[in-house]
Amino acid sequence: MAATTTETAQRWVGRSVKRVEDPRLLTGRGTYVDDLHLANLHQAAILRSPHAHARIRGIDASKAEALPGVVGVVRGKQVAELSEAFPLGVAAPVRYYSCAVGKVLFVGEPVAVVVAKDRYTAEDACDLIEVDYEPLPCVLDPEKAVEDPTAPILHENVGSNVANHRVLHYGDTDKAWAEADLIVKTGRLVFPKYGSTPVEGYAAAAQWDPLNQAYTIWSNFHGPFIMHPVMCRALGVTEDRLRFIVPPDIGGGFGIKSSVYPYMTLMAICARVTGLPVKWIEDRREHLVASSSGTDRVSYLEAAVKKDGTILGVRMKIYDNCGGYIRTPEPACLYRATGNYSGAYLFQNLKMDQYAVMTNKSLTGPNRGYGCQQLYFGLERLVDQVAYDLGMDVAEVRLKNLIPAGAFPYTTPSGGIYDSGDYSKSVRLALDMAKYDELRKRQTAARASGKLYGIGVATAVDPSVTNMAYITVAWTPEERARKGYLPKAGSSETGSVRIDPSGKAFCMVNTTPEGQGHETAVSQIVADELGMAIGDVHVITEFDTFTRTWSITSGSYSSRFASVGASAVATAARRVKEKVLKIAAPMLEVNPQDLDVRDSKVFVKGSPERSVPIRRIAGQAHWSATLLPEGLEPGLQATCMFNFPNAKPPDEKDRVDSSQTYGFIAEVMGVEIDPATGEVRIDKYVTVHDVGTLINPMIVEGQVMGGALHGVAGALYEEMAYDESGQFLAASFMDYLCPTAMEAPPIEIGHVVSPSPFTVLGSKGCGESSTMTAPAVVANAIADALRPLNIAVRELPMTPNKVWKLLQEQKAKGVA
Amino acid sequence: MSMHSISLTINGKKFEGQAEARKLLSDFIREDIGLTGTHVGCEHGMCGACTVFIDGVGVRSCLTFAVQADGTSIETVESLAKDGKLSPLQEAFWENHGLQCGFCTPGMLICAEELLRENKNPTEQEVRLAISGNLCRCTGYHHIVLSILAAAKKLQGAAQAA
Ligand code: FES
Ligand code: FES
Repeated sequence: MAATTTETAQRWVGRSVKRVEDPRLLTGRGTYVDDLHLANLHQAAILRSPHAHARIRGIDASKAEALPGVVGVVRGKQVAELSEAFPLGVAAPVRYYSCAVGKVLFVGEPVAVVVAKDRYTAEDACDLIEVDYEPLPCVLDPEKAVEDPTAPILHENVGSNVANHRVLHYGDTDKAWAEADLIVKTGRLVFPKYGSTPVEGYAAAAQWDPLNQAYTIWSNFHGPFIMHPVMCRALGVTEDRLRFIVPPDIGGGFGIKSSVYPYMTLMAICARVTGLPVKWIEDRREHLVASSSGTDRVSYLEAAVKKDGTILGVRMKIYDNCGGYIRTPEPACLYRATGNYSGAYLFQNLKMDQYAVMTNKSLTGPNRGYGCQQLYFGLERLVDQVAYDLGMDVAEVRLKNLIPAGAFPYTTPSGGIYDSGDYSKSVRLALDMAKYDELRKRQTAARASGKLYGIGVATAVDPSVTNMAYITVAWTPEERARKGYLPKAGSSETGSVRIDPSGKAFCMVNTTPEGQGHETAVSQIVADELGMAIGDVHVITEFDTFTRTWSITSGSYSSRFASVGASAVATAARRVKEKVLKIAAPMLEVNPQDLDVRDSKVFVKGSPERSVPIRRIAGQAHWSATLLPEGLEPGLQATCMFNFPNAKPPDEKDRVDSSQTYGFIAEVMGVEIDPATGEVRIDKYVTVHDVGTLINPMIVEGQVMGGALHGVAGALYEEMAYDESGQFLAASFMDYLCPTAMEAPPIEIGHVVSPSPFTVLGSKGCGESSTMTAPAVVANAIADALRPLNIAVRELPMTPNKVWKLLQEQKAKGVA
Repeated sequence: MSMHSISLTINGKKFEGQAEARKLLSDFIREDIGLTGTHVGCEHGMCGACTVFIDGVGVRSCLTFAVQADGTSIETVESLAKDGKLSPLQEAFWENHGLQCGFCTPGMLICAEELLRENKNPTEQEVRLAISGNLCRCTGYHHIVLSILAAAKKLQGAAQAA
């Protein structure tokens, strides 16, 4: 059970403190975007494309415009007049607007927006708009979109469907291939398209101020705030003319809400056209068909190995499917993991031949685990294949190739600097917790009685707090070296702490949480630093670009809170404490270094009875500022913008430390497959995490549980599926199968703690956690179950009908 | 479109309003009554976030028209805490990390409350079944299930003490 918030303690960090955000959320007093009120607020509804690929010959909105209550209809033509195409992360001249201009490239793409007095009327009006489409052939498979010369080209001016292509070569794979005893291949792997579908969908409200030519936008956008300048460019305003406000509560995000910004832009345009404040609340169908999802990927992996199981090198060929337009931050799915491409393994030679491709599917972007579940699905299937081909145990092959505990900080061939870890210890703990040997015996017995039982093992290096430089690996070293190019580098975040005249602390962070409990974690950290009870520390997460000290890397993404957010706020609190001690020193007639804080008092170290309340120090700083010791400013406040020195631009060999802390995950899973139905049941699931120092173990456990279920869902249930004509098949929660409490498997969690030397508290991010391992461990376990039948597992999700089909095909061949 | 008069009891108080026949109860509660604790996550009956009690029965307010609620008594998440004190169920969610973003929470609480009114001592499986019509994308459900089981224990303790 969690600790209460009023008691004082020596250390709050490390304890499962009850969350300070919960009472308001439990009583229905949260403030989400749809709860905000603006005077004369109007509502928008969006008309969307029913075609995967079509030319728009004309739009007749006259009937819609005539409907009482409708105040305006915005079409692509107007959007193209009032905004520029969004800036992209690639050189391909793709023109991507917040609404289709001339052509639609996926089902669900916005075609027009109706603004009306309420949503009901706006939707009625959408039904009255007549659009004349000329349907075109579509392409959905990313490999086909590149390699098949008959595939339709989506963007004629680009000339191909390739948005980005790079070959990255680290070490020398030719040498590794020459020295290998064996080359191991995965064949064609397919990672599916799915998304975390937060229960609250996208939401945006916008207002236009014609006097100042400025926009204000409220949204459940959670960063990265690099999208602020991106939107300014699109809207053609300088950055002081666009104000973003994020309310205190967001109903889940998981990266998906990073991609709400095109809709924020669209609502800004609607507000400008109608001269009214306009709100749009996405409905579930819209969310599934056209918000954002993880990136589906086709990949081929090969490894050069020695007979003893040593992996010498790996080659990957990758086709990422970014949908109709390459929306920023894509092609980041290819590059987010640059520093940890080689995962937990020691091999030094690596070649990545990778394409970001545009097809007639919906657009992709950050989704919890971004770039890592795709990477580790391939890599971990490859390592299993190494074990199969050499007749070794899958755990043994991994243990043989892990980076040893003594090697940290360890620089990977692609430039990552793994801060800390003990990978073998973590894997062994996972194997012990799962009773791996016993599990294998059970498997043997199960097989003997005709059952299909499989055991999977998977590992992942879990990167947090991305260095924004990684995205520039999409450019060649020559492009990055061009004159006038400003290299991107950094992962900064701001923390502000002040003590008010009554001695209570107020803190602000720019980490726009969506359920991760940042208010609680910050309270714990600051209470420790300032010697207070956490009930005396107030945390404000509501964000406003006009009143906050922020940076373009601010926000909640890439699990960055526990790494950089926590470091920033702890540093700010230490600066405040330093000042508190300086003010207290003359009162207690000692030097500041002889003082410390506890129980809301400053006391003399060694004689705690000599003390002065922090309230008294605060009183002096605010009420009696002129009498402060010389050289001290009034008040008690500090702001720290924390950054990491390793967050440098990529070098000329494309090496970059793409994240600033790297946790570790080791998982073991046991599954049983029902041969009659093809249903996969998870019998055992052990997950061991190393997230460095745990700030609040209860919150970490919640993150792991939630992340694991997202990963399992992608592996077994959820898929944003399309038919051959590009029609979307999963437009409701009846078709897109999110697991319920009945499907959630029992999960056992273990921890290994290797504090990060690079963060103030030793903590690392933990928000993405098992999202990146679960698909791999599920696939490996199913593959193990089906191996006796000679069935390979090369794609997800392994839904019952897919498993059943594989079993039937094999039966037909007479194997099973 | 013509408007209909609706008069109902909401969390013990009388409310009178007007709505088109097609207005969803979820929208009526949020927009007309002004109680925003009830959340809308799908509007097609699959996520459970919008669940409220109508005359004591848990109902999806997104699948109900406001006019259907005329003359009824509705309880929403705002009714659970009394006199500024969390209910035992809410306390249990707080102590056991039964929520993260809080968006599914109102519906979860109503469904859990309904279960515990009917079944004082549910098994884990019964709890899972009771909330199987409610989606939570944050927690993986584990801590929600623990919270509801803990609430049942609390309520049993309170019943014994009384
Ligand atoms: S909003 Fe009513 S069930 Fe989802
Ligand atoms: S707590 Fe976020 S959806 Fe359940």
